[in-house]
Amino acid sequence: MAKKKADDVQFAPKGVGEIKDGAVQKGVDLPPATKKKHKDLGLSADKLKAMYEQMYLQRRFEERAMQQYQKGKFGGFLHLYIGQEAVSTGTVFALNDDDDIITAYRDHGWGLCRGISANEGMAELFGKATGCSRGKGGSMHFAKVDHHFWGGYGIVGGHIPIAGGLAFANKYNQNDRISTCFFGDGAVDQGALHETMNMAQLWKLPVILVVENNGYSMGTAAKRHTVAEIVDRAKGYAMKSAVINGMDVFSVYEKMKEIANDVRENSEPWFVEIRTYRYRGHSMSDPQQYRSKQELEDYQKIDPIQRLKTYILEHKVLSEEQIKEIDDKVEQEILDAVEFADNSDFPKEEELYEDMFEEDNPYFHV
Amino acid sequence: MAELQFREAIKHAIDEEMGRDERVFVMGEEVAEYNGAYKVTEGLLDKYGYRRVIDTPISELGFAGIGVGAAMNGLRPIIEFMTFNFAVLATDQIINHATKVKYMTGGQISCPIVFRGPNASAGQLGATHSVSYDSMYAHFPGLKVIYVSEPDDAKGLMKSAIRDDNPVIFMESEQMYGMKGEVSDEEDYIIPIGKGKIKREGDDVTLVAHGKMYHVAVQAAKQLAKDGIECEIIDPRTVKPLDLPLIIESIKKTNRCVVVDEAHPFGGLASEIGFLIQREAFDYLDAPVQRVCLPDVNAPFAKNLFDIWFPSPKQVIDAVNQVTYRN
Ligand SMILES: Cc1ncc(C[n+]2csc(CCOP(=O)(O)OP(=O)(O)O)c2C)c(N)n1
Ligand SMILES: [Mg+2]
Repeated sequence: MAKKKADDVQFAPKGVGEIKDGAVQKGVDLPPATKKKHKDLGLSADKLKAMYEQMYLQRRFEERAMQQYQKGKFGGFLHLYIGQEAVSTGTVFALNDDDDIITAYRDHGWGLCRGISANEGMAELFGKATGCSRGKGGSMHFAKVDHHFWGGYGIVGGHIPIAGGLAFANKYNQNDRISTCFFGDGAVDQGALHETMNMAQLWKLPVILVVENNGYSMGTAAKRHTVAEIVDRAKGYAMKSAVINGMDVFSVYEKMKEIANDVRENSEPWFVEIRTYRYRGHSMSDPQQYRSKQELEDYQKIDPIQRLKTYILEHKVLSEEQIKEIDDKVEQEILDAVEFADNSDFPKEEELYEDMFEEDNPYFHV
Repeated sequence: MAELQFREAIKHAIDEEMGRDERVFVMGEEVAEYNGAYKVTEGLLDKYGYRRVIDTPISELGFAGIGVGAAMNGLRPIIEFMTFNFAVLATDQIINHATKVKYMTGGQISCPIVFRGPNASAGQLGATHSVSYDSMYAHFPGLKVIYVSEPDDAKGLMKSAIRDDNPVIFMESEQMYGMKGEVSDEEDYIIPIGKGKIKREGDDVTLVAHGKMYHVAVQAAKQLAKDGIECEIIDPRTVKPLDLPLIIESIKKTNRCVVVDEAHPFGGLASEIGFLIQREAFDYLDAPVQRVCLPDVNAPFAKNLFDIWFPSPKQVIDAVNQVTYRN
């Protein structure tokens, strides 16, 4: 090893997102979107309408949540999913309703998609007893377990082995259910993923491990925190893998359906990288100096909701007026949710001690 | 004296030590290009470059261990955890390796390393982001544990921690980073590890409180003073080694003690201090030692529940009333 001057020694790679050869270096490169039409994918007009409504609901829910947060209606962290809605929506439409989903703290979109109502979601953000987790969890811990949404988790990578465990139980019981786990590009660097991948492959667990690569882990571009292509991690474990364009709901739907079928049939895990983009900061207190405005604008030009809307109009699935009806309905649903959350009660004082143990009168040390 | 924010006091200490010892370097999530998740390391990358200020992936176990190895091999790492709640992933390296390599190699290896970051809760962040870990680390032989409450202590003790030849846990708080305080501008300002401080003098009762709880104790003492009760507040600053003589001297004067601790009650600093006082000053006690801790329950998100969960000046006042038989 040739000796370097001390000042030239470097460990972590320097920032990307800078201008190179006249173009912004992107956090992620998107694979091509599917060319298939909705009918080729087996999606009816009604399904398409439901998809659009769901994506719009996720978007407006979070935009309103952000306003309420800024007004001081609730505290804690608020990590917004805005920009990534095609991932949750395409996946939930591709899975069976009793397949398991577990995700990280950026979980509002997932919860809404799996049946948490706007009311229950907003009330949880406000920390009210009417929230989906009864005000105990807040933004990071939405859950709806009777709809097989096992919740959002706040320790990066912590829920990945748990997904393996959900799949283990499904295989054990031979119940035809599969499990899916969603986590960020940042979580790829945790040992928990690698231990889980090895065991999932060794034990043939029916699980899909999905990286939602949105280009950044907090303020660190993916290329600065992890080596090579994320999807290639699969090779080391001889695991089936795929890369999906996460800005296009059809692409997510098509591929996730195919993969889910394969997992169900063969009881074998998959490792999937879905490339997407988050429009907002990591959380509400992020000045976002690590990326260029141009990069953000480039993604907003290929916005997944706008894209679906354009498709729907071009293919005359719905008219402008029908779209507007959906938008108005969603808008109202969310305004109502804000009111519902505002008017709901906080949990009762004694609830502080509830949900700790299974028994009715558990022991607490004093 | 200079007025500094908590975060600035820590940064000045790190900066001074990096300036005087080239073996000292900083490593952790978002510490370099982002200038620190809580801006404690702001400007250090510009000043010391990519060799000595290093962004890591979210790999707590890995980078804590790389720190331990580098320390064994002659460097003096400062490992930042975004919070000690995430350092739980790194405990294998801290507890099984950093604290034990010297002993099990018969003294051949040294491990001079500082693990630092915010400890305990920071408002409504839910169950996984709100635990106070100082008592847990203090349980293990081979670690020094510091949890400071004011900028001046932060500066002096951080410098000591970096110069210490052993593994040191140095704890801060998200909610204190913006807090301002007078910091000594003495050149090379050092506070020795293991020395507590009487921060308020009083004859009626001794309050032992550190970290964020020190400020809760101060509020309670102010209220109680209006009622003619004068609290003596001792901030141990270092959890381990604990400045027991300072506490015992105070008990001999006040004959009463309330320990305020942000940990859960079982087996924490509060119970340890309670035990030590009965062993060392049994005959001086006019009332059983009381403690104010977190309840034996996870952190709730809801604001109203969080406010009940978190120790309050009111609880400290109640405990003082109990040991002074005023209720
Ligand atoms: C073990 C652990 N370390 C650090 C953190 C702090 N943290 C929360 S989110 C985050 C970035 C995660 O990025 P990524 O996995 O890409 O998910 P994204 O936020 O982009 O959805 C970090 C460092 C944490 N919650 N848990
Ligand atoms: Mg990410």
